[in-house]
Amino acid sequence: MSLTMPAPEAAILENRDRLIRRLRAILPEESVIAEEAGMRAYECDALTMYRQLPLVVALPETVPQVQEIMALAAEMNVKVVPRGAGTSLSGGSMPLGDGILLAMGKFNRILEIDYENRAARVQPGVANLAISDAVAGRGFYYAPDPSSQIACSIGGNVGENSGGVHCLKYGLTTNNILGLEIVLMGGEIVHLGGKHLDSEGYDLMGLMTGSEGLLGVITEVTVRLLPKPETARGLLLAFPTVEAGAGCVADIIAAGIIPGGLEMMDGPAIRATEDFQPCGYPTDAASLLICELDGEASEVDHLVERVSAIARTVGATVIRASESEEERLGFWAGRKNSFPAVGAIGPDYLCMDGTIPRGRLAEVLAGMSELADRHGLRVANVFHAGDGNLHPLILYDANRPGDIEKAEAFGADILKLCVAVGGVLTGEHGVGVEKRDLMGEMFTEADLDQQQRVKCAFDPEHRLNPGKVFPTLRRCAELGRMHVRGGALPFPDLPRF
Amino acid sequence: MEELAPRDEADLEEAIAGAVAGGAALAVEGEGSKRGFGHAVEARRRLSTAALRGVSLYEPAELVLTAGAGTPLREIQGLLDQQGQQLAFEPADYGLILGGPAGRGTLGGAVAVNASGPRRIRAGAARDHLLGFRAVSGRGEPFKSGGRVMKNVTGYDLCKLMAGSHGTLGVMSEITVKVLPKPETEETVVFAGLDDAAAIALMTAASGLPAEVSGFAHLAEEGGRTGLRLEGPAVSVASRREVLLSRFGGEAEVLAEAASRAFWEAVRDVRPLAGRGEQLWRLSVAPADGAATVARLAEHGLPLAGRLYDWAGGLVWLALEAGRHGAAIREGLAGHATCVRAPDAVRAAEAVFHPQPPSLAALSRRVKESFDPKRILNPGRMGEGL
Repeated sequence: MSLTMPAPEAAILENRDRLIRRLRAILPEESVIAEEAGMRAYECDALTMYRQLPLVVALPETVPQVQEIMALAAEMNVKVVPRGAGTSLSGGSMPLGDGILLAMGKFNRILEIDYENRAARVQPGVANLAISDAVAGRGFYYAPDPSSQIACSIGGNVGENSGGVHCLKYGLTTNNILGLEIVLMGGEIVHLGGKHLDSEGYDLMGLMTGSEGLLGVITEVTVRLLPKPETARGLLLAFPTVEAGAGCVADIIAAGIIPGGLEMMDGPAIRATEDFQPCGYPTDAASLLICELDGEASEVDHLVERVSAIARTVGATVIRASESEEERLGFWAGRKNSFPAVGAIGPDYLCMDGTIPRGRLAEVLAGMSELADRHGLRVANVFHAGDGNLHPLILYDANRPGDIEKAEAFGADILKLCVAVGGVLTGEHGVGVEKRDLMGEMFTEADLDQQQRVKCAFDPEHRLNPGKVFPTLRRCAELGRMHVRGGALPFPDLPRF
Repeated sequence: MEELAPRDEADLEEAIAGAVAGGAALAVEGEGSKRGFGHAVEARRRLSTAALRGVSLYEPAELVLTAGAGTPLREIQGLLDQQGQQLAFEPADYGLILGGPAGRGTLGGAVAVNASGPRRIRAGAARDHLLGFRAVSGRGEPFKSGGRVMKNVTGYDLCKLMAGSHGTLGVMSEITVKVLPKPETEETVVFAGLDDAAAIALMTAASGLPAEVSGFAHLAEEGGRTGLRLEGPAVSVASRREVLLSRFGGEAEVLAEAASRAFWEAVRDVRPLAGRGEQLWRLSVAPADGAATVARLAEHGLPLAGRLYDWAGGLVWLALEAGRHGAAIREGLAGHATCVRAPDAVRAAEAVFHPQPPSLAALSRRVKESFDPKRILNPGRMGEGL
């Protein structure tokens, strides 16, 4: 592993036994896991290439317990890494050898469903899909749908600002939550928002969302519920070139149509998927689009016609519109299997997550293919085309010496390419440890310093999830110092501009 | 008041760094359309963003627009109009709301107050459409956050922090927003004669239907007019109209296109309450509580001069006669109450923004300090310490 984490602090390691005793005074015996065999289950999240045993695992189940643990951590100056379901793809909940792994899995209850106000209060360990399942009977759902939604927790979704297939139309986590309860380092509890929209004051709920567990521990989330769209239809569109597929995406959006989902797969991904589990995708296509249109029935039919016409104009070789729910789900079956399908030929893969301006899609895919040749590795592309969020899957073999490093270097080059065309390092998976050292590609030192000053407002000792997101940890005292340039900037003559 | 009007980011940096060095606070403004909102700023100099003006990037197919923070909203809306697009968060015209002239305000100003309109319930507020920005902090240091793409979780989402910060953290020089297509058609179904409670009940029921209503308002002062807006392709609007009529009775009036737009512009800018009372308050509550909240306040003798419900009851506008009402409004309120318009003396004496519990207030002050430790930018505008 080529990842450098902050060196474990000797003072913390020396106090491990005392820490465990103190934790056992807060939690029942079985909720403090300190022996290696038990901790192995927590040694990584879904970014499995990086593994680390935590100092100790704590499994609280009440908010006061979380407060006590956070107070204890502050008192003993111990680090804390919050963890939901452990499905992070960027190592956001990768443990620290000198940190308590605070696993929130026991916070698994839906506390209240308020249909009148289209809101639900849930504990952070509740699985994303469990919310939609709980309200489906009344015709509601929770919109963000990351592909890990069966397993991933809502608390983790808030931590990472998770997206999903439908976020072009329905937004990310940050656009779909109303309230948060958080516990700060030290144990203080703060309530943000509620069942109402847009509290005045700084939008700390928006700031918390996507802060990757560096600012506070989420102990309750109030989500918005939406009425389920009346109907949805899918379109399966195949193109002889990547450019034609990318052009189709641009033309759909430019025509004023915002599909519920708009997914693209390139040739290698199409063929891997068909080999894995045939679902009728045309294997000779260079690009494939799955376009889902949802809403009122006549509107959906109208838009299916319009999108079909656009696809014809740009030279689609296959245009199939679903005529039944079964057929629509069939279109998605391959896309949903595409990651394991690529994994089957990999045998390992590294999933990248850059976002680019949609108009640069063809150019970036061409650039990626050149990079693949240069690094001697293969890449398959599955992505959320509607919002320009790429998921290049870099194929490598973890058992072949040097392959992991090659894959990492290839991934870094892809992300640099994304930034170079006006895009960003990560669209929905988070920075974590995976993209931490690339932050300088996108941000200046001043940008990163300002972000770290915000961190200092929440956690001045850098105890909460340190070593993630920021390539270099700056001490808060140093960050707070004011530099008056030149020592004596003359008071401005007015008016000057 | 002396005024600085930087022309670019370098000027802006110099202006703020100079203020930091001299310890002289700045009142930050675009066109000044919201000068009367919030607390009076403790500053002798004004920093105007008016010269940070102009659209530098507009790509309709990418749904993205970048402009200087001082660019007038009307200029941006004019440009979007030509491409059949819009700012979907429907920013309210604060000039009008605060009793001034209509049609003024900048993009930076709309973001600074996290502006929104009736479509908030479906499309979000300014916070939900801000993709990225460049700014100079109260430390006199330029920084940026976000980008120009729709989906981005790289680093902390400082966009959310800047939206609604009333210029107290940094002065934005350049702003990138998501723009969206205008609907093909729109119309509004208006039910007449409902009292507040019945109107809220109807809107609550309708918001649970898959009818994709993009505006729910109850105009209590016009004999009770409850409007539900439908947007989209004509065939779909017609079909959803039938859903609403068959569910809630066929007596409704249907406002097409221009009439519908006029209805929602009036709601957005709180025109039904124009000229009523001395003060204007804005309450954000759980939608189903809207009418009960107003009934409780009336029972407690609050001198109500008018009321308007938006967001299916979640946004309550109250016009009030003279007095100090903050404590009475906020007692037991599950939500937020903001004094949007009141005479200077009242704003000096009242908490304009909803008071925060001590832990949240302390955290907010630390966030302010992390951007503006010397309290150079709009000090006091959001209340003590901010």
